[in-house]
Amino acid sequence: MADFAYKTKGLTKVYGEGHSAVHALRGVDLEIPKGEIVVLLGPSGSGKSTLLNILGGLDRSTDGTAHFQETELGALSDSELTRYRRDHIGFVFQFYNLMPSLTARENVELVTEIAPDPMEPEDALELVGLGERVDHFPAQLSGGEQQRVAIARAVAKQPDVLFCDEPTGALDSKTGRAVLEVLQTLNARLGTTVLIVTHAAATAKMADRVLNFADGAIREVIENQTKVAASEIAW
Amino acid sequence: MSPLTHKLLRDLWRMKGQALAIAMVIAMGVMLLVMMTGLVNSLEQTRDTYYERYRLAEVFAPVARAPNVALADLAEIPGVSSVEGRVTGAALIDIAGRSVPVQAQAVSLPDFGTPALNDIYLTDGRMLDSSRSEEILLLESFALAHDLGPGDRLEATMNGARRDFRIVGLAQSPEFIFTTAPGELVPDDARFGVIWMSYSALAAAYDMDGAFNEALIGLSRNADEEAVLAEADRQLAPYGARGAYGLEDHLSNLFITQEIEGLKATNQSVPPIFLLVAAFLLNIVIGRMVEAEREEIGLMKAFGYTNAEVGAHYFRMVLAIAAGGAAIGCILGVASGRAMVGVYTQFYKFPFLIFDVDEASFVIGVAVSIAAASAGGVLVLRRVFALTPAEAMRPPAPADYSRSARMGQRIMHYLDQPTRMVARRITRQPLRMAGAVVGIACGMALSASTITIYAGFSRTIDLTFSVIDRSDVTVTFTHAVSEKTVFEMARREGVIRAEPERNVAVIMRNGLEEHRGAITGMVQNASLSRALDASGAAIPIRRDGLVISETLAGILGLEAGDSVSVDVREGRQPILDLPVVALADSLLGAPAYMEMGALNGVLKEPGRISGARLLIDEAYSEDIYTWLKDMPVVAGVSLKSEARDAFVRMLNTGAGWSRFIIGALAYIITFGIVYNAARIAYAERARDLASLRVIGFSKGEAAYVLLGELAAVVIVALPLGTLLGHYVSVLMASAYSTEVYQIPAFFDLATYGSAALVVIAAAVTSGLLVKRDLDRANLVEALKTRE
Repeated sequence: MADFAYKTKGLTKVYGEGHSAVHALRGVDLEIPKGEIVVLLGPSGSGKSTLLNILGGLDRSTDGTAHFQETELGALSDSELTRYRRDHIGFVFQFYNLMPSLTARENVELVTEIAPDPMEPEDALELVGLGERVDHFPAQLSGGEQQRVAIARAVAKQPDVLFCDEPTGALDSKTGRAVLEVLQTLNARLGTTVLIVTHAAATAKMADRVLNFADGAIREVIENQTKVAASEIAW
Repeated sequence: MSPLTHKLLRDLWRMKGQALAIAMVIAMGVMLLVMMTGLVNSLEQTRDTYYERYRLAEVFAPVARAPNVALADLAEIPGVSSVEGRVTGAALIDIAGRSVPVQAQAVSLPDFGTPALNDIYLTDGRMLDSSRSEEILLLESFALAHDLGPGDRLEATMNGARRDFRIVGLAQSPEFIFTTAPGELVPDDARFGVIWMSYSALAAAYDMDGAFNEALIGLSRNADEEAVLAEADRQLAPYGARGAYGLEDHLSNLFITQEIEGLKATNQSVPPIFLLVAAFLLNIVIGRMVEAEREEIGLMKAFGYTNAEVGAHYFRMVLAIAAGGAAIGCILGVASGRAMVGVYTQFYKFPFLIFDVDEASFVIGVAVSIAAASAGGVLVLRRVFALTPAEAMRPPAPADYSRSARMGQRIMHYLDQPTRMVARRITRQPLRMAGAVVGIACGMALSASTITIYAGFSRTIDLTFSVIDRSDVTVTFTHAVSEKTVFEMARREGVIRAEPERNVAVIMRNGLEEHRGAITGMVQNASLSRALDASGAAIPIRRDGLVISETLAGILGLEAGDSVSVDVREGRQPILDLPVVALADSLLGAPAYMEMGALNGVLKEPGRISGARLLIDEAYSEDIYTWLKDMPVVAGVSLKSEARDAFVRMLNTGAGWSRFIIGALAYIITFGIVYNAARIAYAERARDLASLRVIGFSKGEAAYVLLGELAAVVIVALPLGTLLGHYVSVLMASAYSTEVYQIPAFFDLATYGSAALVVIAAAVTSGLLVKRDLDRANLVEALKTRE
C-alpha cells in the first residue's frame, strides 16, 4: 500500500479556451504523506482551491495525473468519484453547508447512514465539543458551533482525508482557534490526513507541511519542524 | 441608460427561461381574450350588417293561404315599416346517385325587382327570368355539397308532382345561414336545400296564385314587436295563421346567436383562469429572486437609493414580463383571430367576414395582465421595503426548522435523513407548499375539466344517437296521414320494425316563459325512440299528460306536477292545458312527449301520424330508400348516420371547436405550473443539493431529496385537483351548452385518471429536466456562493 495520501504529476487546470483561457494550475508536482496536516497558503486565484477541488474529487484536471494512494482520480467515472468522496473524504466549508432542516445529530447521521465504517454520531459531536447540543437545528447554533457540526459531519465517517476550505473564514479569532484545535485533535487521535486551504498565514504554524501557492504553481514547500498547538496560534 | 436599467435588462436575460414561461402563460390568456373578443365582435357586426344589407325580416308570419290583399292591412299595423308576401313550400330533391331524397324548401322571389325583405346575394350565375318557370336559384352551400352549379339540371318533387328544373344561379341568404331539415335540430348543408323560384312559377306549383303562405314583416325603430306579432296573428287568423314569430325564434338566427353566446361564455370563463395562474407564478419567481438578491438590495439602499427606487426596479421587472406577455398575447390573438376567421367564414357562410379587432380587448388584456402580475409583485415589494441595508448584506440565517420539526417526531424516527429533509421542508412551510399544491391542483383541474368536456361531447352524441334514438331512418310525411301508412311500411321487406310518430308544432307557455317547439306523440312501449330518465331507464309515455325534457323544463320553469299551456299551431289550432307528468333526460333539443292516441284525441284527429321511425336491414337499404322516395306522402327521409355525422361536424366546427384550443392550452399551463414548481424548488435548494453531492451522495440520492418534495406536492394536489376539476367542468359544461344541445359534466374515474396522468407526466418531465440541471451542476460554484 502506498505510503502517501496524494501524488500529482504535471497537474494542470485550464478554464476556458483560446484568448480567454485561464491557467488555474500550471503543472503541479506534489506528494502528500499520510497523516499530515497540510496547509495551502496563497493569494486569491493562486490555484490552491482548484488543487483542493481536484484532489477532493469535485473537479477534473485538464492535464497531468493525480493519485489518491493507488487510484488515478482522473480515470474515475462520475459515479466512482461520488463513491470516492463518500468512502474516503470529509469536507468542511467556509459557510458550513449544513442542512437547515436537520438537527446537529441528523446532519451527522446524513453521512453515517451512507458511510461504510462510521463512528457514532454522538461520539463525533462529542469530539467537537457539542455533546449537549445534538438536537439543535442550525438556526439555533452560533457560527462556530455550526462549523463544529460541519466538522463532526466530516469526520464521523472516519475519512482518510479531511478537506477544509477556509474553515475559519467566517469566524472570529477565538472561535476560529477552537475549530483549528478540533482539527488538530482529530489528526492526532485518528491519524486523518488534513488539508487546509486558508488566507490566514498564522494557521501555517500548526501544519506539518506548508504549500505556498502563487500564479497556479507551488512556489515553496516548507516542512514545519516546530509545530505549534492550535491553541497557541496568535491571529 | 441608468445602471439600474442595465441591471434590469441583464436580470431579465439571466432569468429568460422562467420569464418567458410566465410571459407565455399571460400571453395565452391575453391571446384567448383578444382572439375571442375579436371573433365575437366580428361575428356580431358581420351578422348585423348582413341582416341589414339584405333586409332580413324581423317578423315571420306563416299562414295556410292568405290573399295578397291582406298584405295591405299588415302594412298598416303600427311599427311595421315594410311587408312582403311570399310562397314557400316543401320539396324533395332527387340527387343523382343518391337513393335517399333530400328535403328542400322552395321560396318565391318577386317576378320583377328585388324583394322588399329577405333579399338574396347572388354568388354565381344570374338572377331568375320570371317568364321561364323551370329556372331556379339554389342555395350555394347545398349546391357546393352536391357539386351542382349554374347550367345543371335538377329534379324535384313539389306538391306531389315531379318537375325538372334548370339552375341559373347560386345564392346566399341571411335567412338560410344554417339550414336544418324540418323535424331535425342540427344544421347540415348537404341534407337540406333551398330553391328560389319566381313567384308566378312557385304559386302555380302550390296553388297559391294571388295568395301567399308566409308574410315577412320589417319593423321600424322603437316598434313593439309583441304587439305586432299579436296583431298579425289576429289579422291572419281567418286564413289559417300558424303563429307569427320574431327573428329571435328563427332557426338560422337562433343557431348563430347560440354559437356567438357560446364563444362569449368561454371568453368570460377561461382567460381569467390563465391570468390568475400567471400572477401566482410571477409572485413566486420574483419573490425567489428578491431573496437571492438581498445583498444587491442592501448595497443599493446603502448607496442611498430609496425604498421607492429599489421597489420600482423590481416592479419594472414585473411590468416588463407582464407587458411583454400581454404584447405577445395581443399579436398572437390578432394572428389566431385572423386564422380563425377563415374557419368561421366557412362555418357561418357569411358572404363577407372581416376580422375586426376590438381595441378595447387590447386595453383590457394589457391592463388585466399588469394588474394580475402587480398583485403578485406587491407582495414581493413588501419584502424589499422591509429589508434594512445592514440586514440585507448579511447572509440569511439558516432557515429555522426548530418549531415545525417537532411535529411527528415518532414518525421521523423511522425515516432516513433525506426523507426527513423532504418531510420537514413540507411541514415547515405549509403555506408555501399549499401554494405549490394549489397551483398544480389548478393544472389538474384544467386538464380534468377539459377531458370531462371532451367526454361530455361524446356522451351527448352517444346518448342522442345510440341510446335515445335506436332507429336507422326517420320518415316525415307531407301532412298528417292515416296510421295505415306505417303498417304498410312495416310489411315492406327489409323493414325490421316501424313505429309511428305524431309531431305537432306548438307554442308552450308557462307564465311569461314561452317556447316554440313540438310535441311528439309516441306509441306506448316504443322501442326505436324513447324518453329516458337520468339513469338511462325508459320512461313510460303517458296518456294523461306530457313527459318533457329537463331542458324544456328549465326553459319554461316547470316541474313534474305543473301544468303548461299548449298553443297548437296546426289543424284546428286549439289551446290546451296539459299536465307535466314526468321529466326526461335529453341532451339534444327540448323535446316533449305524449302518448300518440291521447295526443290525437285532444287534437280530435284520431288515427293520424306525421312520421315514422324505421329499423331496417342494411342489405335492403337502397331498396327501401328508393321505395320511400316514390311514396307521394313522404316529405323527407333522414338517416340517423347522416344526422349523427352532421351533429359531430357541428360540434367540431362551431363554438365547440374552441374546446380543442382550450384543451391544448390547459396542457401547456399544467406543464408550465408543474415545471415552475420544480424549478423554484431546485433554485431554493441548489446549495443544499450540491452539499449533499459533495459529501458523497450520488446523483440519484440527491435528486430524491428534490423530487421527493415534488412528488409529495403532486400526490396531495391530485385529489384537490379532482375536486376543483369537478367544479370547473360544471362551469365549462354550462358555458358550452346551448339551447340546442347540452354538454353534461359528469364525474368519471377514467377522465380523472387521464387528467392525473397528464399531471404526473408533466411532473416526471419537469423532474427529469430539473434533475438534468442538478446532475450538471457545478459543485464548486454552488459551494462558493453563500445563498
